[in-house]
Amino acid sequence: MQLMMSEMIPVEIPIMADLFARGEKPEFLFWVGCSGAFDDRYRKVARAFTKILASLHVNYAVLGTEETCTGDPARRAGNEMLYQMQALQNIELFKSYGINKILTICPHCYNIFKNEYPDLGGSYEVVSYVHFLDQMIAEGKLRINKSSFGATRITYHDPCYLGRANEIYEEPRNILKHLSGQFTEMHRNRSSALCCGGGGAQMFKEAEPGSKEVYMERTEDVLKTGAEVIATACPFCMNMITDGIKYKNKDKLKKWKTSKY
Amino acid sequence: MLKQLVFSLTLLATLGVFTYSTLRYIKFFRLTRAGFPVKNFGRRFCIMVKVAIGQTKIFRFPFVGLLHALVFWGFCVILFGSIEMIIDGLFGTEKALSLLGPFYNIIMGSGDIFALIIAVSILIFLVRRVFMHIKRFEGIEMKHVSHIDANIALSLILFLMISLLGMNTFYILQQKLISLYAGQIQAGITTSPTEAIVGFYPVSSYFAGLAGNTLTPLTAQVLYQTFWWCHILLIFLFANVLPYSKHFHVFMSVPNVFLSRLDPLGKLANMDNITREVKLMLYPGVSSQASPADAPVERFGVKDAEDVVWKTYFDSLACTECGRCTSVCPANITGKKLSPRKVMMDLRARMKEKGPKMIKIGKDFSDMR
Repeated sequence: MQLMMSEMIPVEIPIMADLFARGEKPEFLFWVGCSGAFDDRYRKVARAFTKILASLHVNYAVLGTEETCTGDPARRAGNEMLYQMQALQNIELFKSYGINKILTICPHCYNIFKNEYPDLGGSYEVVSYVHFLDQMIAEGKLRINKSSFGATRITYHDPCYLGRANEIYEEPRNILKHLSGQFTEMHRNRSSALCCGGGGAQMFKEAEPGSKEVYMERTEDVLKTGAEVIATACPFCMNMITDGIKYKNKDKLKKWKTSKY
Repeated sequence: MLKQLVFSLTLLATLGVFTYSTLRYIKFFRLTRAGFPVKNFGRRFCIMVKVAIGQTKIFRFPFVGLLHALVFWGFCVILFGSIEMIIDGLFGTEKALSLLGPFYNIIMGSGDIFALIIAVSILIFLVRRVFMHIKRFEGIEMKHVSHIDANIALSLILFLMISLLGMNTFYILQQKLISLYAGQIQAGITTSPTEAIVGFYPVSSYFAGLAGNTLTPLTAQVLYQTFWWCHILLIFLFANVLPYSKHFHVFMSVPNVFLSRLDPLGKLANMDNITREVKLMLYPGVSSQASPADAPVERFGVKDAEDVVWKTYFDSLACTECGRCTSVCPANITGKKLSPRKVMMDLRARMKEKGPKMIKIGKDFSDMR
């Protein structure tokens, strides 16, 4: 319901090229990413996040049609050349707009901008949305209506590129603890959290033969907690675990992005 | 004098074999690729103190972690006694380092206690390995020899500790009995039996107490010497078995922690040769620094043992085949073939197989695999 209503509120998304034409330069580039642009479910997350940005009066812009892929899936699947072509073109584009701060809603984009673009000459201040939201809540700029979740039991699945790769463990948990008093951990969490099965471009292909799907193994972890809501902070994790839940016929369980409130 | 001579020759042989093993590994390392430059010594030292000396990572598993830590710390303390034994053996001295005073008593006392703790821990480890069928110790890469290797290493440590305790026990008995007999002959002499004992041995004193005065001084002396030799020879043997065992971990893991990666775990290293090509393609004419067309083509990826960077080979030598990587590998626990431990073990085995031939025939040697 809440989503339907919020869907109707028009939010104007500033486009980098338009601002540039007017001679303006925003503070942040909001990098939407492939899931934010094309995945039905994650588009809602991207929209929800722009609403938060608009309500906080953050000076940002998106690249719109100029945005392409960071090159992460290509690189993780072993196509170093394709990755570097993507990366060098992106760096070139960022340079032409004078971008030096990037906001991401995807851990994969976050990791590659933060850790791997510098090797190719693109150094930016990269901010993950979980970090951004946590900071805004801490500063009191963003207030959360606790009643929407109440005593719903929430658990959190650590995406590898936020957690193990970049040691962002506490920020998403802080946000969730603001949402609900019933936060529960899975037995494998933080640095020992299990993979969703989607990283390393595995999201786009069938898994190698084995006895079980990785997302099933993780979904079982989730179900063991008895949580009604599974939160995660990565589009690929969300996709994989949604699959696991469909498989288990537990469709009534809903997963929410941490940015939705 | 004869003892000194025999000891010196044994030590020389030990060092000789050990040098041979070390040089062999250095040659293997020369075959691998260049990796990252080692910088940030301060930060690396801190990590080493925390993870290697402080054993913080292994404490994620509280029970076996504590046992592992006790064995490690015990080894460090006992090493002090071993150094003293080498000095004694070379120069014919007796308890040469006792001039350190109270510090010596602390080290010897804790070494004595640690010897018992290590022996008990090793017994627990052996029981876990042999009888408990722990899943982590199984897997396609764990062949029969891998299990034998593990059990030999553990047994060697157990014998090391037994010989150390035996040595200390009979040392106490020897000193006690000698002063006792001396006291009987020259009645009225003031040395009490305990004063003649150099160092402090709480556990061995208990064992010595059990033996009482059933031995003659000569038997005690002979047994002390026997255990002394057993212990030092076992140390020499252990040191030379290690480079060919998975227990090379003992030597390699501390420096390996020092060399651990400091980058975020999510970062992949850039492939600069690809960057050259991509730049040539995107901006033709700009990058005239590109490699000439007749330069030999570098092999892409890791096809054989020599394609890894030296650090990866170092990792494979520090690997003790505990299986903690494979037991948390998402692919492995869902029945896929990938096993990180197998990658490490196979790399080490392949280098052992191909390395000597590459050294002999040249880097271009290929056995068509």
